[in-house]
Amino acid sequence: MPAQESYPDDLRYHPEHDWARIDGDEATMGVTWFAQDSLGELVHYEAPEVGLTVSKDSSYGEVESVKAVSDIIAPLSGEVLEVNAKVVDAPETVNDDPYGEGWLIRIRMSDPSELDTLMDAGAYRAHVADQ
Amino acid sequence: MEATLSRTPLYERHVALGARMVPFAGYEMPVQYEGVIEEHKAVRTDAGAFDVSHMGDLHVDGPTAQSFLQSVLSNDIDRLADGEAQYTLLTNEAGGILDDLIVYRLGVGQFYLVVNASNRAPVYDWLKEREPRGCEVRDASDEYGLVAVQGPQALRRLGLPDAPVFTHAMRELDGIEVMVARTGYTGESGVELCCAEDDTRALWDAILARGVVPCGLGARDTLRLEVCYPLHGSDITPETDAISAGLGWACALDTGFTGAEALRRIKAEGPAEKLVPFVMEERAVPRQGMSIDGGGRVTSGTHSPMLDVGIGLGYVPAAAATPDTELVIDVRGKSRRARVVRKPIYRKET
Repeated sequence: MPAQESYPDDLRYHPEHDWARIDGDEATMGVTWFAQDSLGELVHYEAPEVGLTVSKDSSYGEVESVKAVSDIIAPLSGEVLEVNAKVVDAPETVNDDPYGEGWLIRIRMSDPSELDTLMDAGAYRAHVADQ
Repeated sequence: MEATLSRTPLYERHVALGARMVPFAGYEMPVQYEGVIEEHKAVRTDAGAFDVSHMGDLHVDGPTAQSFLQSVLSNDIDRLADGEAQYTLLTNEAGGILDDLIVYRLGVGQFYLVVNASNRAPVYDWLKEREPRGCEVRDASDEYGLVAVQGPQALRRLGLPDAPVFTHAMRELDGIEVMVARTGYTGESGVELCCAEDDTRALWDAILARGVVPCGLGARDTLRLEVCYPLHGSDITPETDAISAGLGWACALDTGFTGAEALRRIKAEGPAEKLVPFVMEERAVPRQGMSIDGGGRVTSGTHSPMLDVGIGLGYVPAAAATPDTELVIDVRGKSRRARVVRKPIYRKET
């Protein structure tokens, strides 16, 4: 079942439709409901390798639907600690639960001050409304 | 400046159903309603309806119509009886494919051609310029609505009797006069329905009321690709010839149609490259335009909803066209393995 539209208050958002959940110096990241809805049911997740460094505002992987491929933009910089193997095996998990089971990577942040550049849920909702 | 997009008679119906509309061949068309994969599976397991009213409709009539069409279309039109239809190609002098189309014989000297939407004007112009005395080519695209109903339950849901493939007949469906053709672009049993433009909405409503699932262009593309039906503009173009594209079966080379001589030569010498179906051996979705190592190119690619792997069609050197040959495809800078397979890529278990 595809998820209903939502933008949880406990997450930080990047304008390219990515979210980050902060836990100490680590962050879990994924794509927002809006991103998965625009793409349609996902059929492929090209994930980065554990140990690689991702840079804020740069692509760290790709997600594909039947019709389209999209870069995934990192909302924050850091080292990849874990890739969600469940999404690699079953990419549609992102459509079902974009903020939970459908997370994409977990990183150790290299520059926590980057957090200040991200939007809160209210600002992101306004951003989506403009799309 | 952006050209204004046309709309089929069903535009409001699509919007009301929540379809995602996209520009396609000059029309605003539904790419999906609920989701490509769901719609695809509805057609494979039950029945789906597609608005194909954007396609071009031409009438070619007159005492010389048959001999004229025999001289420009690749297949042998003399083999068609009233009530029959045929897949055929319009080819240029080099054997390049200007369009692939279905020609329906309505009566003696009466032919109806359904051509690809994006080729409507060039095909009409090509035929009109060559139209002989005793034959009239007429573009009737705005007079008809077309709806394809495809899937194993399509005929049962519509309450229509079964009929041999590539035949057509006039029938009444819930009070609407329709030409029912046993043709399609999905590899499933089904029909394509042609009605007067003003009746299109009533026909669509009647079809959906019978429990048929509305399907968009997204599913239309994945369905046709699973069964290796070529798409004009991608897999076949004026620059690709019918033999290399594997469409020699639709070419009656002894009828002397435009391009037959070139195609005979290509057939005799053997084509330099061939259009082949392939399946990815690694997780990746091939896409149109990707290069294949050794001098090939992907012309269509998607993710197969039935097989849950990347699939595609592409031109490869003739030596690499044998089934089971391994291909390496450049997927945005990463080498991904694929394997040439036999047609069709997807075959229903029987």
